[in-house]
Amino acid sequence: MTAADLERVYRGERGRCVATLVRLLGDIDLAEEAVQEAFAVAAATWPERGVPPNPGGWITTTARNRAVDRLRREATRGDRHRQALLLHTPDEPEEVGPVRDDRLRLVFTCCHPALAQPAQVALTLRLLCGLTTPEIARAFLVPEATVAQRIVRAKKKIAAARIPYRVPGDAELPERLPPVLAAVYLTFTEGHTATAGDDLLRPDLCAEAVRLGRLLAELMPDEPEVLGLLALMLLTQARAGARVADDGTPVLLPDQDRSRWDRSLVAEGQALVRACLRRGAPGPYQVQAAIAAVHSDAPSGDATDWRQVLDLYDLLLRLTPTPVVALNRAVAVLHVEGPQAALDALDGLPLDRLHLFHATRADVLARLGRARDARAAYDRALALATNGAERRFLRGRRDASGTGTEGAT
Amino acid sequence: MTQYLLSVFPDEAAIATTPPEETERMYAQVGAFNEEVKAAGSWVFAGGLHPSSTATVVRAVDGEVVTTDGPYAEAKEVIGGFWIIEAADLDAALAWARKGTVACGAPVEVRPFQD
Repeated sequence: MTAADLERVYRGERGRCVATLVRLLGDIDLAEEAVQEAFAVAAATWPERGVPPNPGGWITTTARNRAVDRLRREATRGDRHRQALLLHTPDEPEEVGPVRDDRLRLVFTCCHPALAQPAQVALTLRLLCGLTTPEIARAFLVPEATVAQRIVRAKKKIAAARIPYRVPGDAELPERLPPVLAAVYLTFTEGHTATAGDDLLRPDLCAEAVRLGRLLAELMPDEPEVLGLLALMLLTQARAGARVADDGTPVLLPDQDRSRWDRSLVAEGQALVRACLRRGAPGPYQVQAAIAAVHSDAPSGDATDWRQVLDLYDLLLRLTPTPVVALNRAVAVLHVEGPQAALDALDGLPLDRLHLFHATRADVLARLGRARDARAAYDRALALATNGAERRFLRGRRDASGTGTEGAT
Repeated sequence: MTQYLLSVFPDEAAIATTPPEETERMYAQVGAFNEEVKAAGSWVFAGGLHPSSTATVVRAVDGEVVTTDGPYAEAKEVIGGFWIIEAADLDAALAWARKGTVACGAPVEVRPFQD
């Protein structure tokens, strides 16, 4: 057994083990400690005895036995009720079907609407993906102490307010599923366009989000929005290799070298989009995935079926009438109806604080030959953008637009 | 079972100008909600309070107790009433709080009691 073997088991099984232990012990901290201890035992004994045939089961059983031993030993913890619970659970954690998977319970507990979103995301990454507090802090560029405090507070609230450890029933699902999907998508988008720092992408964070998306799709195969979210992430991820030029600046979708797109991710994402659309229950993630699928169908930027993209944005705007969706729709309007129509679609959107709004507006103004207005809009975008790579890109665009004269096209 | 405090935070300024028939309707809704909580066996206690202008604060400062008129000045919102209910978990408590806020027409804060 190598360290890599152990790392692989840790990455693959830790979430499931913690989830099962939370159910058995009724306490997140105890569960995490017990699983940590079991992995320490594994690190000490597996090199000699070899990796057991069912490593996850071994870890779960070892963790449970350790926790039982400890609870018996530490009389001060004196929770007879919990001890009684432990004594009455069968020795081997029972095999459960996908619907009853403990990880699904854990996702819904971590993303309970009574917890703030940053805490939901941190807890999910920590408990399900096994990321450490410093890793989460680095990923979101927030101080470690902040992440640690969020996690501690959330755990305390889960225990004190009794946030339940169960998968919501069908009636509750419409309210309970969106925060789960939002936490996963937030993780993905933060990895995809980091809000700060110099690199545009944080591949680790994207990988974790896709892993969570795959897990959710496996656990809830009948939820079209779950499949839609996974498809959206896969189709976006497929472009990762073409999104950044060699000097680190972003490359816009129409200009990307499509031979650098990951064809297997595209194929997988497109198949998921077709599977969800057959169900006839469109939701925001499915429609966004469908838009990404239309782009992934086009052999070049010019060959994009912008009409279909615009139709899908019209649908998306009906489902989620937000200014950001209207902004993205304006880009499709630009390609279907031209820059004046796009400018009309942009005007009046309450997005003055968003750099992408001003960057889009600048591009449209430049196409209308209004070079001076375009430069001013790029300046506004630059004043608001926080990501180093995006700032370099915007500066380049602004300087290029500066060479034109007012009124020329 | 855990006991939860469901505190009601009404807009006191708005109450003063609420037409009487609307107040009557709110009382009737809250009465029906109370009956539902009781019928479900979740009822512990509840009460509505007079406006915060009727409040008095006492506090011990350096061993001396000071009495002042009015609500506790550092509280941003003033409580207008509350329920204490018993529920299996937060989801069950929140389900009551949803019905409660609709009945009384004001935001409801849910907080668990210590064991």
